[in-house]
Amino acid sequence: MTHADTADSHTDSHTGSHAGSHAEPHSFWTKYVWSQDHKVIAIQYSLTAIAVGLVALVLSNLMRLQLGFPGAVSFIDPASYYQYVTMHGMIMVIYLLTALFLGGFGNYLIPLMVGARDMVFPYLNMLSYWVYLLAVVVLMAGFFVPGGPTGAGWTLYPPQAILPGTPGTEWGIVLMLTSLVIFIVAATMGGLNYVTTVLQARARGMTLLRMPLTVWGIFVASILALLAFPALFVSGVMMLFDKLLGTSFFMPAIVSMGQTLEHSGGSPVLFQHLFWFFGHPEVYIVALPAFGIISDLISTHARKNIFGYRMMVWAIVAIGGLSFVVWAHHMYVSGMNPYFGYFFATTTLIIAVPTAIKVYNWILTLWRGDIHLTVPMLFAIAFISTFVIGGLTGLFLGNVSVDIPLSDTYFVVAHFHMVMGVSPILAIFGGIYHWYPKVTGRMLDETLGKVHFWVTFLGTYAIYFPMHYLGFLGMPRRYYAYEGYEFIPASAQTLNAFITVAALIVGVCQLVFLFNLAWSAFRGKPAGANPWGATTLEWQTPDTPPKHGNWGAELPVVHRWAYDYSVPGAERDFIPQNVPQSVSPSEAPDADPAAWEGHA
Amino acid sequence: MNLLNALGTRPWLPEPAPPLRTGAVVPAATIGLRVLLAVIAVLFGLFVLALLVRAQLPDWQALAGVPDAALANTAPLWVNTALLALSSVALQAASSASRRGRTAATRLALAGAGLFALAFLAGQGWVWQQFVARGHFVASHPAASFFYLLTGLHGLHLAGGLIAWGRVTIRAWRATPDSPDPGVALCARYWHFLLVVWLVLFALLTSPPGTIATLAEWCGVR
Repeated sequence: MTHADTADSHTDSHTGSHAGSHAEPHSFWTKYVWSQDHKVIAIQYSLTAIAVGLVALVLSNLMRLQLGFPGAVSFIDPASYYQYVTMHGMIMVIYLLTALFLGGFGNYLIPLMVGARDMVFPYLNMLSYWVYLLAVVVLMAGFFVPGGPTGAGWTLYPPQAILPGTPGTEWGIVLMLTSLVIFIVAATMGGLNYVTTVLQARARGMTLLRMPLTVWGIFVASILALLAFPALFVSGVMMLFDKLLGTSFFMPAIVSMGQTLEHSGGSPVLFQHLFWFFGHPEVYIVALPAFGIISDLISTHARKNIFGYRMMVWAIVAIGGLSFVVWAHHMYVSGMNPYFGYFFATTTLIIAVPTAIKVYNWILTLWRGDIHLTVPMLFAIAFISTFVIGGLTGLFLGNVSVDIPLSDTYFVVAHFHMVMGVSPILAIFGGIYHWYPKVTGRMLDETLGKVHFWVTFLGTYAIYFPMHYLGFLGMPRRYYAYEGYEFIPASAQTLNAFITVAALIVGVCQLVFLFNLAWSAFRGKPAGANPWGATTLEWQTPDTPPKHGNWGAELPVVHRWAYDYSVPGAERDFIPQNVPQSVSPSEAPDADPAAWEGHA
Repeated sequence: MNLLNALGTRPWLPEPAPPLRTGAVVPAATIGLRVLLAVIAVLFGLFVLALLVRAQLPDWQALAGVPDAALANTAPLWVNTALLALSSVALQAASSASRRGRTAATRLALAGAGLFALAFLAGQGWVWQQFVARGHFVASHPAASFFYLLTGLHGLHLAGGLIAWGRVTIRAWRATPDSPDPGVALCARYWHFLLVVWLVLFALLTSPPGTIATLAEWCGVR
């Protein structure tokens, strides 16, 4: 037998014994704790990310309390304020959004949507979660060490990040950098799995261009993560060396607290380049999965095929590529050759083209669609408006001459929260309301869902719209208090108090969501196999929730793309991907109209 | 290219023929390794760029090509390079022996590869010791910092590879001749990759200042 033969028999994904399958576990520990099942790992990832996200939410509310009602909360001093800012930012971007989109949604949806039994490397997948959990524990340890967590700001710019004067330079910064390095190891393990599974474990007939856009978004985002996180790793390791071993990679000659330090000659701007070479693709690591999820939600709940599917795929790929050549637009005020500024402004504005294609295609998908205003659909539509607003202010900030006066003001805070804070979280909520019935077999409560949606949606606008205005007034970000700045009118304080009240309401409202998650898991309305009448494979599993191995005895065979909604002449308004072209939909054995209650 | 063709299809048109088989041609582990190697290449590439940027600042002292340079004597590094190359060759031999079902030869070559790899790591450790003995500590000057960082990171990647090598070797001792282990070939490929990485690092670290300046110019960081 030749080597190639062996290799083939190892990976034949159609006999049910491909590389990703493994024996079904039976004990509690191997089933729910040391699980190698992608669905369980997805839930572990999601719950951990949500838990740590709650910490970050509380931190943001504490920050708002200080800004809206200065001094009202006695334990928030300047040092702890900076620590809240830093931890809020880092947790939300990395430990919540990245982990939830890739580790949570990616893990759950990739194998189910491409028709695989599991990820191709289940053991590595399990390891990825536990290493992620370790990163979270190391990060959280920062709250309990002397000096507390780092207060360097989420960008961790040296030299201030590791010098006395910034909170948490004793232990906090070391834990932060260590945690990031550990997280990158976890994300790389996960990314290897997601990319290889999409490339290798698709069911028969699932060509790349028949994959749902959710899978495309997560796939390209995983590639971005694999290629961008090394830059954070490099900067993190080098800063750890500077901090712990006294090297001068980033540290210039400096006088700190009246003493000349040992460091000399290093380049802080080198750190900024490395950080943003990671940091900008990171924006798209959380945006691309959101784009994919929103595309699928809109198509499903508007009962229409996605407008311009191929364009949508190309746009995802183009945005992914462009995201690596725009990083220095975060550094206009760090000083650079004007031609560089011109280059980065141009590439930044070019990204608007594929992004605008996506937005137009969503709108055109909605156009004359049979729109069902379900909770997932509400979140999806809210995503479009939020993303457009955040994206448009990005066009302002992408231009050097506009960015420089607005840099480090609340305009920037408003921009990036709209575009990569609120937008992705709306996509996450929409995705959770949409796929929860598959995960648990029960629907989330719709009334609670609508309360959660309207308070969150209107609340975030109440928070971030006024911030644009504060930014125009010149109100600087990252300040603990604003007393004694002549150019800021007193009325700005009123606006700040208003924003704080809105932020507190939105914060409390997330408890409704958490309650809904917990309550509906046991008391929710039974969902059936396909409550939304969706075409994609994950809704065609023999069991809901899917059992170990996902597909029972036989893997699905794919006969069509993921968007056959409202096909003229078809009996129902959707045809699942696994229904053959020749068979009329009503004769398909696994497409029983009675199983689909929503649209009778 | 396959992917470009795929991106040009029109998935919304009905497909009269039964769907094509889209399953794996290349084993998943091979694809996984390729992706991993790409990630590691990016990682070392970024470190190299960081070195080139840092080397443009006035306090940089090159490790070679100047009087009294820290790496003036490259002989030990050449010995280490030879050890790593031998390790790579031995793994290639193990891979081809395993494919032909020659169990004894596979085991021998695997054991040799492991020994050479360990010898390489020990040799790198000895070079570190020489560095320390001559007063080049990690924080002494930026080039020394990069030397420790890059050789250390490369060594860690090799040590990680030794874990995979250990598993493959244990399997080789248990295996029967008629079931060749694809893991041997994957190990060999990882080793060749790390050899190339090492050659690049070796060349870069021992480059005279003029070469570094030229490289930096090519990369647009000078």
